[in-house]
Order: sequence, then C-alpha cells, then structure tokens
Amino acid sequence: MKRSVLVFAAALLFSVQSVMAAAPVISVNQFVEHPALDAVLKGLQDYLKDNGVEAEFKVHNAQANMGTATQIGQQMIGEKADLLVAIATPSAQATAQALSKAPADLKRPLLFTAVTDPVAAGLVTALDEPSAYITGVSDLLPLDKHLEMVMTYKPDIKRLGILYNAGEANSKATVAGIKALSTTMGFSIVEATAAKTADVYSAAKSLVGRCDAVFIPTDNTIVSALESVLKIGTQNKLPIFAADVDSVERGAVAAMGFDYYKHGYQTGAMAKKILEGVSPAALPVESQDVLQLQINLKSATAMGAEPPKSLVDRATKLYQ
Amino acid sequence: MTWYAALGALEQGLVYGIMVIGVYLTFRILDFPDLTVDGSLPLGAALSAVAITGGINPYLALVFALMGGFAAGVVTAILNTKFKILHLLASILTMIALYSINIRIMGGPNIALLGSRTIFDPLIALGVPAHYAGLMIFALFALVVMGAVIWFLKTELGQALLATGDNPQMITSLGVNTHFIIIIGVGLSNGLVALSGALIAQNQGAADVGMGIGTIIAGLASVIVGETIFGKATIPRAITAALLGSIVYRLAIALALGLEFGDFTFNPSDLNLITAILVIAALIAPHLKKRIVER
Repeated sequence: MKRSVLVFAAALLFSVQSVMAAAPVISVNQFVEHPALDAVLKGLQDYLKDNGVEAEFKVHNAQANMGTATQIGQQMIGEKADLLVAIATPSAQATAQALSKAPADLKRPLLFTAVTDPVAAGLVTALDEPSAYITGVSDLLPLDKHLEMVMTYKPDIKRLGILYNAGEANSKATVAGIKALSTTMGFSIVEATAAKTADVYSAAKSLVGRCDAVFIPTDNTIVSALESVLKIGTQNKLPIFAADVDSVERGAVAAMGFDYYKHGYQTGAMAKKILEGVSPAALPVESQDVLQLQINLKSATAMGAEPPKSLVDRATKLYQ
Repeated sequence: MTWYAALGALEQGLVYGIMVIGVYLTFRILDFPDLTVDGSLPLGAALSAVAITGGINPYLALVFALMGGFAAGVVTAILNTKFKILHLLASILTMIALYSINIRIMGGPNIALLGSRTIFDPLIALGVPAHYAGLMIFALFALVVMGAVIWFLKTELGQALLATGDNPQMITSLGVNTHFIIIIGVGLSNGLVALSGALIAQNQGAADVGMGIGTIIAGLASVIVGETIFGKATIPRAITAALLGSIVYRLAIALALGLEFGDFTFNPSDLNLITAILVIAALIAPHLKKRIVER
C-alpha cells in the first residue's frame, strides 16, 4: 500500500515538469494578493508587452506565508527562468536567499520591486551599489512631499494620526521619518497599530477624537482593510489621507504618491534591460521620481474636508 | 515540480519537521492543543537573528532559541496548570504577547540575515554546494531531534509525560505531579518549535515577526497526514511519521506551485486551495486503496 502511494507521488512529481518555451521566462515571487502589489505586476507585464518583449510569466503568490515564500524562491531557481522578480520585502529576501544558495549554473538576475528599504532588508549594500545578481526599484516615500500636501490640504492639523502595523518593516521606517519631520512642520503625531486586518477597525476607532486627520503609510495590513478605516473617517468627519494613490480610488481623501502601476512599469524598463543582457551590477536601485496627486472629492465631502483650490488645480486625477 | 524545487521542499519539510515533532508532543502525547507555536517559532528566529547580528556563533544562537522557546512554553503551561486558564486560551495569550515581544527583541519587525554567518558556513567552506548544505544540516538536526525525543520518551520522565496525556487521574494517584510534567512537556515542545524557527530564519535569510502565522496549521496538518499515511502504532513510528508528514506537506506545496497541464495554468491565488486538495488526496489514498483491495 505504502509503495503504491510513493510511486503515485513520484509519478506526480516528475510528470508535471515545466514546458520549455522560446520566449524569455520571468518567474515572479509575489508576497500577497493586494491591489497595490497586483498593480506592480500588471505594470511590469504591460511595459514588456508595450515594448515588444513577449515574455512568459510564471507567477507565484505566497498568500502572505513566509514559509511558502521561501519555497517559491527555490521553485523559481528550479524553473531556470531568464529573470526573477520579487514583489515586496519578504519575498525579495526569500528569493535573494534561494539565489545565494543556488549552484552557479542556476543563478539568474533578481529584480526586486515594491521594497521600501532594500539596504536594511539586506538585498543590496547601498542603493548605488547593486550586487552582481540583484537590483530593483525601491518605493521609499518622499515623506516631506506627502506631509506638505497634507498640511496644504488641511493647514489646521495639530495632531496627525498614523495607522500602521508595527510588524511591517516598511511602515516602521515611514513612521520614524514622519516623527522626525513632525517637529519642524509643527504638528504632533498620534500612533495606532493593528497587527492584523481584523484589528484595523478598532485601531482606527481608537484615533477618533485624538487627532485631526489620519495618515496611512504604504502598510500592507492597513491598506488591505482600508474600507473599515474609511467608514470610521466618514462617520466621524475625520479625513483619511493615504500614501498610495490606489487608496484614493477606494475612498481616501487624497494621496500624494506612487502609482504602483507606474512603479511596476518602471520595473519593467529595468527588466527589459536585464533581458537584453545588461548586468544588474550596472543598474543602480531606482526609485519612483514622478509623484501623483489624486483627490477623491466625494470622500472629501463625506469626511468634511473640502480641498483648497490650489491643490485641486495641481491634482493629476480627481474622483468625483 | 522541478528537481530543485523538490530538494527545496525536502529541506523545508525537514526543518519544519522539527516544529512538527514539537506539535506532536503537545497535541498527541499531552493532549494539549497549543497555539503558542505561532509565537515561539518567530521567537526562536528573532533570538537567533539578534544573536548572530550581535556577533555570536550561529550554533550558539540556536541554544538561545531553544531556551527562549522553552520559556514561552513554560509560561503557557503555568497559565494553564497553576492559574486554571483553559489550555487553548492560555496558549493564545502567550502567542499574541509574543508578537509584541518579538518586535521588541528584534528592535523592529524584520532582521535581515542575508550575508550573515550561518550554521551552513562550515559545510560550505568544505566545498559542499549551498543548496545541499541546507539539506544535509537539516536532515542531521531532524534526525538528532527525532532520536532525542524517542529516547526521552523512554526515560522515567518521558513515561510520566505519556501517562499524563493518557490518564491524568491514574498518574496523579501514583504520586506524580502532573502540573510539573505538563510544564516540562509544553516547554520542550516550544523549545523544539523555536529551534525550528531559528534554523528557518538562517535558511531564508531573515527573521520576520510575521513568519509564525499559520505554524499551528502546518503543524497539525503534518502530524495528521503523517499518522494517516505512515501509521502511529508505536511512539518511534508516530514520531517518524510526524517528520515524514511534514515532508509530504511541503511536497504538496511545491507540487501545487509547479502544477501545469499543457497550456492550462492555475491562478497564483489558487495555491492554498491546490495544496489543500493535494493533502486531501494523500489522506484518502490509503482508504481508497484498501477498499479496492477488499473488493
């Protein structure tokens, strides 16, 4: 009986080998399904399509499990793709580790994207010193520009609430940055943390009455449960600002930020160069230079914070 | 599934197998459903990562992890035995507390170990390819842990542990302090889980506060898959089955990751569903076989 189970398993193992193809193969390790990360992948795929690169994508999603992300890293090495792409920090670390352990003939260039601090994550030693195999695009926030926008929008903010997951490395870096800027910009900050999406609603509630507006960094946990924060904001006339423009479409008042689709598009340009034979070592880590301002007028009314005309004129996109 | 991915799954199965043996101790031997493991796995990772980045020998760092995990288990067991908090709740409380504690220990949610010294360095220095070094070291650790646990359960203390899980009234009437036995057992279990976490962190290149999510699910699934496929007639057999169950579970994930039928590929988001279906297939295969043979 046991032998037959083993034979069955072995047959399964080797019958499902990947199919060879002439087009360049790109293996993707995405950490979790999430509108911003999905947009990065879409942007990457669209850039290559728009620029005549017919790539075959092998997309894997760890469904927010680090153990699975590690296995995906190993799976990708075995797929012998032409390029590895890792979306978000945990996936990038797992893939980088799988790559460092891979035998020389299986090593492939790794492009990370949607990673806030690639140096602290151990992926590269410095932004302008990519390694022989690893480079990518960082989504480090230009915080001063974000906060400037928030203060222009609502100059009477004395206490700015920040909602984030203390378990996310990205957010911790952002909050430290906001703290450093807040004294010079003349407001104090009120922090509320949620460890998982189920805690976001009560964390948002805890901010009511303790601050004049709420800022949400590019935090995977909070952004995943954005709707519950928006509900609190609408009920209590507490304007909710975000750091990614995808959240504005979902109902945040305004965001000065990345379009993660463009982030992916930019990653696509690097991918094309690598596929054409440029070594990752010759491509410094990039960050997104073009920022967008998006305003959701419907939410602005609902949360009792009409935008000043100067910002409306500057906005790259308005949601009615 | 490629050969490389299969090796990776074997490696993951062995290292998570140490955690599974820990879960087996509480879940099957002590009859103590213990959710502390979701916190003690990253605890082990955090302690060893902090130790390694602080310049401590990576092997010594494993000892810190083992002790930290033991302490976490002791806390859960004391909450349960001395303060009469239901075992499930006691372990949930320790688990959620560990989330904050782990962030404190690491000074943040994530410590990168890419490029740091690890337990694999000595073997790699000998010229073993890095992807085999992990496999060999994890096989060694898993076998040593398996052997040690089997030996331990044959000692007087181990026998008391078995008896406490089977029939606490009987063992109390023999004058054994069941509270002490439960504290040792749950501590030991979490020590092994934390050891597993420390090894995982060194292997995956980072300790992350989120890496413990789903540990108990993988642990229970592996224990049950193991005993269904490989049997549980004796203690050594059941413990071996737990380790093998972990390997089967990881192979199912690797298989799900590489599954393609000609031009048809699954959505990446189908991964968990496919993994579940493959594990179900592994569980019912022996039954189906038996029915067919009986006919």
